[in-house]
Amino acid sequence: MVNQLFEQELQVVNVGLASFAESITGTGGKALQLDWRPPAAGDKATGKKLAALINDPGVEAANRTAFERFLAAQPVLVGVEAAKTAIPGLGERTLLHAGPPIEWARMCGPMQGAMIGAILYEGWAETQDAARALAQSGEITFAPDHHYGAVGPMAGVISPSMPVWIVENRDRGNRSFSNMNEGLGKVLRFGANDPSVLERLKWMEAVLGPALRAALQVVGGIELRPIIAQALHMGDECHNRNAAASSLLFKRLTTALLKTGVPQGQISQVLDFVAGNDHFFLNISMACCKAMLDAAHGVERSTLVTAMARNGVDFGVRVSGTGDAWFTAPAPMVDGLFFPGYSQADAAPDLGDSAITETAGIGGFAMGSAPAIVQFVGGTPQDAIAYTREMYYITLGVNAGFTLPPLNFDAAPAGIDARKVVDTGIAPVINTGIAHKEAGIGQVGAGITRAPLACFEQAIQAMR
Amino acid sequence: MATAKRIIKNLYRDSVSLMQFSEKLNVLEGIRQASAVMATENNISLLVEAGLLAEAAAPSPNDLLIVVEGQDDAAVNAALETAEALLKQKSSGTSEGGPRQVPPKSIEMALEALPGANFVLISTPGEYAAAEAQKALQLGLHVMMFSDNVSIEEEIPLKQYAQAHDLLVMGPDCGTAIINGVPLGFANMVRRGDIGVVAASGTGLQQVTSLIDRFGAGITQAIGTGGHDLKAEVGGITMLQGIEALAKDAATRVIVLVSKPPAREVMAKVLEKAAQSGKPVVVEFIGADSGAISGENLYGVKTLEDAASAAVMLSQSKPVGPFREELPERYQAQVEPARAQLQAGQKYIRGLFSGGTFCYETVLLLSEALGKVYSNTPIRKEDAIPNVWKSQGHTVIDLGDDLFTQGRPHPMIDFRLRNERIVQEAKDPETAVILLDIVLGYGSNMDPAGELVPAIRQAQVAAGERKVVFVGSVCGTDSDPQNLTQQEHMLREAGVILTDSNAQAARLAAAVVK
Repeated sequence: MVNQLFEQELQVVNVGLASFAESITGTGGKALQLDWRPPAAGDKATGKKLAALINDPGVEAANRTAFERFLAAQPVLVGVEAAKTAIPGLGERTLLHAGPPIEWARMCGPMQGAMIGAILYEGWAETQDAARALAQSGEITFAPDHHYGAVGPMAGVISPSMPVWIVENRDRGNRSFSNMNEGLGKVLRFGANDPSVLERLKWMEAVLGPALRAALQVVGGIELRPIIAQALHMGDECHNRNAAASSLLFKRLTTALLKTGVPQGQISQVLDFVAGNDHFFLNISMACCKAMLDAAHGVERSTLVTAMARNGVDFGVRVSGTGDAWFTAPAPMVDGLFFPGYSQADAAPDLGDSAITETAGIGGFAMGSAPAIVQFVGGTPQDAIAYTREMYYITLGVNAGFTLPPLNFDAAPAGIDARKVVDTGIAPVINTGIAHKEAGIGQVGAGITRAPLACFEQAIQAMR
Repeated sequence: MATAKRIIKNLYRDSVSLMQFSEKLNVLEGIRQASAVMATENNISLLVEAGLLAEAAAPSPNDLLIVVEGQDDAAVNAALETAEALLKQKSSGTSEGGPRQVPPKSIEMALEALPGANFVLISTPGEYAAAEAQKALQLGLHVMMFSDNVSIEEEIPLKQYAQAHDLLVMGPDCGTAIINGVPLGFANMVRRGDIGVVAASGTGLQQVTSLIDRFGAGITQAIGTGGHDLKAEVGGITMLQGIEALAKDAATRVIVLVSKPPAREVMAKVLEKAAQSGKPVVVEFIGADSGAISGENLYGVKTLEDAASAAVMLSQSKPVGPFREELPERYQAQVEPARAQLQAGQKYIRGLFSGGTFCYETVLLLSEALGKVYSNTPIRKEDAIPNVWKSQGHTVIDLGDDLFTQGRPHPMIDFRLRNERIVQEAKDPETAVILLDIVLGYGSNMDPAGELVPAIRQAQVAAGERKVVFVGSVCGTDSDPQNLTQQEHMLREAGVILTDSNAQAARLAAAVVK
C-alpha cells in the first residue's frame, strides 16, 4: 500500500491549515480542504470514541443488517382498534405521550392540557380540577408512546379507549400504532380539552374508528409505502404536508366504505371528516415510519438512529444498537412562520413524535419534493432541495422506494447514522408544526428545526 | 435468446420514470428489449402480448416488475443486476439546478467529493489530531500529522495500526515531507530524481533535499517520521516502514536517513533494516559517532551537507567522500576580511535560528571548534543557557522552541522576534558574528531576505563604530516560490556572508572568531 501510494497521483484531504492545501494545489497536486471543527463540540472523549467507530467492520456490518431490515419493511395499514385492545401491555390507567419519558410536573402546557383532556375523556375525573389533581396524584402512569410501539403527533396522547391505527410490517411481523388525527384548531394534541374536543373524541371512538375498521376489512389492508411514494411525487413530504397522501387515502377509503354495512349517514360524516383534514394521513405516515424503524431497532453495535421524538421539554433520540436508552437534550425552538396574531413568544419548544418521519427519511429529509413547505421559513424551492441534499451526508444510504422529482428522481436519503451526524456536525432537519406554549390554544405556526447534536454525541458515547 | 424477470417488492415508481428506466436497460450490451413496470394486471397482460412474459402472473400492483430479453443468460442476468443497482443508486449525477454544495466537514464526507483521495494531512490542534488520524487510517488513507502536542500513548497505537495495514503515518510533529513530488507542510520544491529520504527532523529533511537539488540531483520521496518515532517506546515504526518502502521502490537508487541519534535498540533495528535494503544507505544520525555506522552498503556521515553530497555521489555512481572537516578553500578567502573588521572586544558568535536541526547541528560543530557553546538546545546539560533572552559567550538559540512560539507564529513565518534579537545582539560589544539560517519553501515566509535585510542594516547602525559580521546559509531551491538565487542575492547585497550549507556557515563563523 505504501508503495502503491508512490505510483498514484497524490490526492490529499487537508484537515487544518488551509495554506497547506493551497501549496499542494499550487504545485500541481490535488487537495480538498475540510471545513473542519472539533467534533462533539470539542469533547475529546466523545471525539475519540467516534474515531474508533469510523469504518469499524463490526459497526459497518451491524448497520448493513439494520438498514436492510429498514428497507425491507412492508408496512401495511391493517386495522383500527381501541388502544387497550390493539397495544400489547398497555396498562389500565396508563396515558401515553410523545417524546422521551417525562413526569407530570415537567410536562409542557400543551401536554398537560392533553393529559387532562384524556382523563376527562376516559371518565376518570369529572372536572378539570379533579383531572389535574388525579394527574398529580401519581395514580396515572405516564409513558412514552415509543415504549409501546406507538407514535402520536404533538402531545401525542393516547388513552386506552381511543381508536388507534394498526400498521403491520409484513416483512418481520412487527406492529406499530398511532392515534387518529383530529383535524386543526381546538384539538387534544395541542392541549385543548373543552367539551367540543371531548365530543369529537367520543365521535371518533363511536363512529370514525369502527367505520374505518370495516373499510380496512373490505380492502384487506392498505400498503403504505406506495402511497407515500406517490405523495412525494405530488408535493408532500408526509410530515408537515399531507395533502396529497390524505387525498390518495380518501380515494381508497371511499369505495371501501361504500362496500361496508356502515349506515349511509355515518359514511357521509366520516368522509366529510377525512376530506376536511389535509393532515389526516400524518398519523398513518408516522405509524408507517415507526414500523419500518422498529424493524431495524435492536441490532447490536448499529449506529442507525431509530427514533427522534420530543415532549416539548426534551428532545430524545434512540439508536438501534443501544436498546431502550434515550439520549436527550433540551427541545429546540422552531424557526418558522406564525399564524396572524402569534409570534415566537407564544411558541412551545419542539413537540411530538412526528420526527419519526425524518428518522425514516421523509419529512424534512424529503423537503426537496415539497417546495411548498420551505415557504414556512421564507425559503425557495432551491433551499428545499439543499436541505435534502445535505441529509445525504448523514445517512447510511437511500430508500429507492421514495424518489424525489425535483432532484431528478434521486432516491431520498434514509437511515440516519449517529456517527455521521457527530462527525460532520450536520444535524437532522425536521419540518414541524409549532404549538402554543399554553394548553388548548392549538397550532400557532409551522417551520423548520434541527435535532440537537448533543443527543447524538451521547449516543456515540454509549456505543460499544 | 434468453429472458428473465425480477420482482422488486413494494417499490413504486410512476410510469414515466419507468419508461425512461426501461430505455436505459434497452441499450445495454446484448439486450434486445427490456421493460420495467408496476405489476398491475394490465401491465402484465401487455408484457405477455409482447412476448416478454411467458404467462400471466398474479398481479401485485405495488411491486416493480422488470423483464428483459437478450442474447443469452449472462446478458439478461447482467441487465437485471444493472437494473437493481440503478434503482438503488444514490444519485443519477445529472440533477442540476444549483442547490448550494455543502463543503466537506469530515474526512469520510470528503471522500465523496474526492473519491481518489489517498492521503490526509492533519494540522488541527494536537488534542484532536489523533482522532482524525485514526479515522483516516481506518478509512484506508495514509496520514501526515503536522500537529504536535500529541502524546506518545496516542502515537503508538496509530503507528501500530498503520504498520499492520501497510499505511504510512508521518508524525505527529512531522513538519516536512515530499511525496510524489508534492511538498507537504514546510517543504521545498525539489527536483525529482533517484534519492529517497527518511527523516525524523523537518529542517534536517529540508536541508538534505535542498542540497541534493543544489548539487544537481533529485529525490523520489522524502518521508518524515515525526520527532518521537525513534524513541524506544515507538521503536522507529515509521522509519522502518520508510526504509522498507524505499527499498522496494524501483525509482529509488539511494536512501538517506536523517535523525538525531535514536535510542540504542532502535538504532540497531534501523541499521539492520538499512543493511538489508539492498541499496546504498547514507546515515546521518546528527551528533552520533559516524564511525559506529558500519556495513557494506551503509555510509555514516557527520553533517547534513555530507549526507546530501554522499547521496548525490552514490546516485551518480561516483566514489563517496572523503569528507573534510575543515572549511573548504572557496570560503577561506572570506575569513580574513571579516576578521579584520572586528574590534578587540568582539569575541563571540551569536546564532539565531529558526530551524531546530540547524540550531542543533551548529551547536555540535561550534562546540567542537570553540569549546563551550550556550544554547536552549544544548548537547550537554551544563551548557543550557541560564536566560534564553540574553546571550553569553558563544550562544546559539533555537527561536522555534515552544518557549518563543507561544501565541505567535513560527520564526520561519514571523521574523519580528528574530529581528529584534539581531539588533539586541549587535548592541552587545562582545558580539563578533551573528549566525543565521534562512529557510525557504512552502509554509515559510514568502520573502525572508526582505524581512531580514532592514534588521541587518539597523543592527549595523546600533553597533555604532563596531562592525558585526553576518554569516548564514539559505535552505531552498530555485523552484521554491521565494527563489533561492534571488534571496541569496539580496542577503549578499546587505553584507551577509553566505555558504551553501548550514554546516559550512558554522565552520566559517568559527574561523572568524578563532
